[in-house]
Amino acid sequence: MLSKRVIACLDVRDGHLAKSVKFVNTQNIGDPVEKAHEYYIDGLDELVFYDITASSDKRNIMLDVVEAVASQVFIPLSVGGGVRSVGDATDLRLAGAEKINVNSAAVKRPELIDECSSAIGNQNVVLSMDIRKVEKSHEIPSGYEIVINGGRSPMGLDALAWALEGEKRGAGELVINSIDADGTKDGYEIGLTSMISQAVRIPVIASGGAGLPEHLYEVLTQGHADAALVASMVHYGDYRVSELKSYLHGQGLKMRMSW
Amino acid sequence: MPPSRNNIASIVTLIVDYDAGNLASVKRACQQVGLAAEFCADPDRLRHAERVIFPGVGAAGSAMVSVKERGLDEALREVISNGCPVLGICLGMQISLDHSEENDTSTLGLIEGNVTRFRMDRPDLKVPHMGWNEVTVRQHHPVLAGIVPGDEFYFVHGYYPTPKDQSAVLATTNYEGDFACAIGKASYVGTQFHPEKSGRVGLRLLSNFAKWDGQC
Repeated sequence: MLSKRVIACLDVRDGHLAKSVKFVNTQNIGDPVEKAHEYYIDGLDELVFYDITASSDKRNIMLDVVEAVASQVFIPLSVGGGVRSVGDATDLRLAGAEKINVNSAAVKRPELIDECSSAIGNQNVVLSMDIRKVEKSHEIPSGYEIVINGGRSPMGLDALAWALEGEKRGAGELVINSIDADGTKDGYEIGLTSMISQAVRIPVIASGGAGLPEHLYEVLTQGHADAALVASMVHYGDYRVSELKSYLHGQGLKMRMSW
Repeated sequence: MPPSRNNIASIVTLIVDYDAGNLASVKRACQQVGLAAEFCADPDRLRHAERVIFPGVGAAGSAMVSVKERGLDEALREVISNGCPVLGICLGMQISLDHSEENDTSTLGLIEGNVTRFRMDRPDLKVPHMGWNEVTVRQHHPVLAGIVPGDEFYFVHGYYPTPKDQSAVLATTNYEGDFACAIGKASYVGTQFHPEKSGRVGLRLLSNFAKWDGQC
């Protein structure tokens, strides 16, 4: 039986670790390579790096960060942020990323998912979705809409329909990121996660809103998520990764407890 | 004069390069356990190898085409018959059997048996089998030394090996029932999981392989 995964997400801007609250007011909170190694030693199951560097001429800094992490952290490493082509994906893979996250560029040009999955394999393509709750409508029947540009641009695209399309086009995994819950520490959006997780046959990673260990338990059980993504609750030292895993294990979830 | 197999430091491990996925992470993990590793796509060089890692992700069909085109199939058979320690990982392990259901592919036949797809008939089990799962050692083997109950490794696969002879099964994992996650015969050992992505326990396995003389 597979263990549930705890995944830490590190937002990186200009080579520094940043934490966003509702995608604005980002602040630098440390060295991503150091943090990654600290979490790895403490039992983290997987790492996600998100490049939020604004200017494209500084993008190569990210490749250096990925390379430095990959040479000392021996768990799956997923990288996203600004992946627009198979070339971007390949560059990150050569630097040491296992999985590639695609997001906005795939919303604008869905073929990107097909192209990446045939180039690097389905299992290595993660479709990351930023989602906001809206009124149910003819256009958005699930009541959840895909947004891009850090949540500023609604796309008129239904989140459930997009998840199914992403799976069909060859995504190997989905990240369900609730923009409403992101940074609030009030808990994951359970309804959204559960709805999508039960509709697809690929693993689902819940993202946005984790503040307490109970939130992880909730989304991994009621939310039917395969993995829970954490950020600020570990970055600021509120909880240790090992502490979260011990709690979930104590609640009866199968977790990897030996590392 | 080739370096003596007793002197690990002088041995270069060849990581077989046949365009099957990203091999850099395997090389990095080798370096971490003090194993000097180089990529190799040349059958003549592979024939004379002292230690070989045969990794790979992707589909069995295209992998076999690429292996044959480069003449690596014969070189692998030869190097194994010479008693050289060889570690297959994931797809590199799967194509060591006779046949794979994936693309209905005839594979290398180093170990008798087939590669089978997870049936996907249980809605609660997702395919590919992706994530951390427990490995239970069924047979003592120097490369698996130190793995204790509860140790988990990282898996990403939709197919799994079914060796004909149970004596080739070194370890199992439970997903859709128990399946062989480590197989071996003579100086060949193969894992379905990725030791290079499995943290401390994975590095330990690679370190065991680095010291293995190919004898069981």
